[in-house]
Amino acid sequence: MLSVKNISKSLGDLAIKDVSFEVQEGWYFVLLGASGVGKSVLLETIAGLSRPDAGRVFLDEKDITGERIQKRNIGFVFQNSTLFPHMTVYDNIAYPLRCKKLKNRRIHKRVAELAEDFEVTSLLKRRPQTLSGGECQRVSLARAVAREPRCLLLDEPISSLDVKARPQMRALLRKINARGRAIVHVTHDYTEAVSLGTHIAVMECGRIAQIGTAKEVFQQPKSEFVARFVGIRNFFKGQLEKSDEQRTRRFSTDGLSFSVLSDSGSGPGYIMVRSEDVTIGNAASQTSARNNFEGTISDIVPAGAGVEVIVDIGVEVAAMITSESVKLLDLHCGKKVWVSFKASAVKYIEG
Amino acid sequence: MTQSLKMRTEPLSLVFAALGGVVLLFIAAPLISMFLNCSLPELAETAGDSEVQSSIWLTLWTSMAATLIFAPMAIAFSYLLARKDFPLKGLITGIIDLPIVIPHSAAGIALLGVLSRNAILGKAAGRMGFSFVGSNAGIMAAMAFVSIPYLINSARDGFLAVDERLEKAALNLGASPLRVFLTISIPLAWRSILSGLILMWARGMSEFGAVLIIAYHPMIAPVLIYERFGAFGLKYARPVAVLFISVCLAFFIILRLLAKGKVNAQR
Repeated sequence: MLSVKNISKSLGDLAIKDVSFEVQEGWYFVLLGASGVGKSVLLETIAGLSRPDAGRVFLDEKDITGERIQKRNIGFVFQNSTLFPHMTVYDNIAYPLRCKKLKNRRIHKRVAELAEDFEVTSLLKRRPQTLSGGECQRVSLARAVAREPRCLLLDEPISSLDVKARPQMRALLRKINARGRAIVHVTHDYTEAVSLGTHIAVMECGRIAQIGTAKEVFQQPKSEFVARFVGIRNFFKGQLEKSDEQRTRRFSTDGLSFSVLSDSGSGPGYIMVRSEDVTIGNAASQTSARNNFEGTISDIVPAGAGVEVIVDIGVEVAAMITSESVKLLDLHCGKKVWVSFKASAVKYIEG
Repeated sequence: MTQSLKMRTEPLSLVFAALGGVVLLFIAAPLISMFLNCSLPELAETAGDSEVQSSIWLTLWTSMAATLIFAPMAIAFSYLLARKDFPLKGLITGIIDLPIVIPHSAAGIALLGVLSRNAILGKAAGRMGFSFVGSNAGIMAAMAFVSIPYLINSARDGFLAVDERLEKAALNLGASPLRVFLTISIPLAWRSILSGLILMWARGMSEFGAVLIIAYHPMIAPVLIYERFGAFGLKYARPVAVLFISVCLAFFIILRLLAKGKVNAQR
């Protein structure tokens, strides 16, 4: 649906080099990268706010590289609020509808629906200056969606919010996407990428280093940069179970059950364990680690200063250990070992 | 305790205050003395003078008309200056300020060069059945010529202060550039535009030199004051001046109050 081909653009220190990707109907596409790699510029290029030095942008097979901003049906939510300060929240949301020259009655109805949807009904008469960050962001989203754009570009929509407002925003974004609207979301926070993205592109120095599903990118980082940036080899999708009062919770995936320390609500999600946090032993031992599994070593790979040992416990778990330990424990492929990691080393992300 | 919290006054501030006082006195004293030297019966008599009445009225409406006629062009131009880069922009900005720096009698002479009956614009006007020289149209042209930089500069500063991202966001929501201009740029720059309009109007109203050369008649108030002074002396010119200044002041105060109310309502 949206396809970006070989876009290059330099702007001061920033430079995007030969970036290509494609977003299909209904995707939630996350562009993940450190700040200052040109993610925002890339979004601006797609929306037409800035012109690429080279490359093309296609929307529904139509070349829109040189198309005027107002003719591209692509929603854009800026990182900082661009709500019109001289209009009420109502007039802000109604703005794109008035541009379409809809009848007042239809505008009224549509604004009411959108306000309901984005939980801003009580704010309609307020001025943007009086809103909190989260409220501003919800109004901005409602206004962008009001135009019924083919796809929605979001520039760091969550990072600027305070921690309390984030889960609500995530839920809202998931809801918008679940209704079939494609989203391109730019962020530097990998937990956002995991939590929301159906597809993730990792950007490195103005280039795209890897594109794939969350699982692919986290489990099989293609380059050292990606590995370091997302940094987490043990990445499992599953279900956080309900618990009565204990803070130690069960997370089940593929017939296995992990202990997780989390106070999130139960539901689908992901867990991640850094390979550095996983230890290997020849026998089960009594330690404070709540997660102990027996498995077979399927691979031993030198990685940087240490050695990465892959153990199959039903799913593959990677452990980063020293080469001394490999010798000491006499580790080799096919050997039966115990892997263990603490419940507190497990990072849970709703998704 | 309060004693120790109080900052000591800098001697320099005192010196500056004294200097400021001198300037203030220099501006206010002549005006105050003029008002004080005018008796009420004198003023009442002058106010009844139909020549005075019509000249004040003429000044008010021609300056307002000149402002309103040129406002759309000036505002559009200032938006262009605020948003676009183009070759020779520095030169063009300089040209806009020219009417401020050249002597206004010279401005009148220059203007006469294009507005007189056998010059380009004068001929065009003649074909349409009116003339600039010695007419209301000429007065308005002279007023606009000397006062338009104030509107352009003020409006441009206003547009410069409007966050361009807001305009881009509006375009992104599907608005045409004209719609963005009318619903986003103008309302957000309105305070500056309005103050530019008032400045332009005030400047046009107080113009003497350029108008004098293009249209001695019909007589606007500044010309009438000059004529009364030349023909009858200070005593006869003064009440006209006082009356004209009072009318202008009243209008400005009302306008400023209205403008303030409007701006507050936008917040």
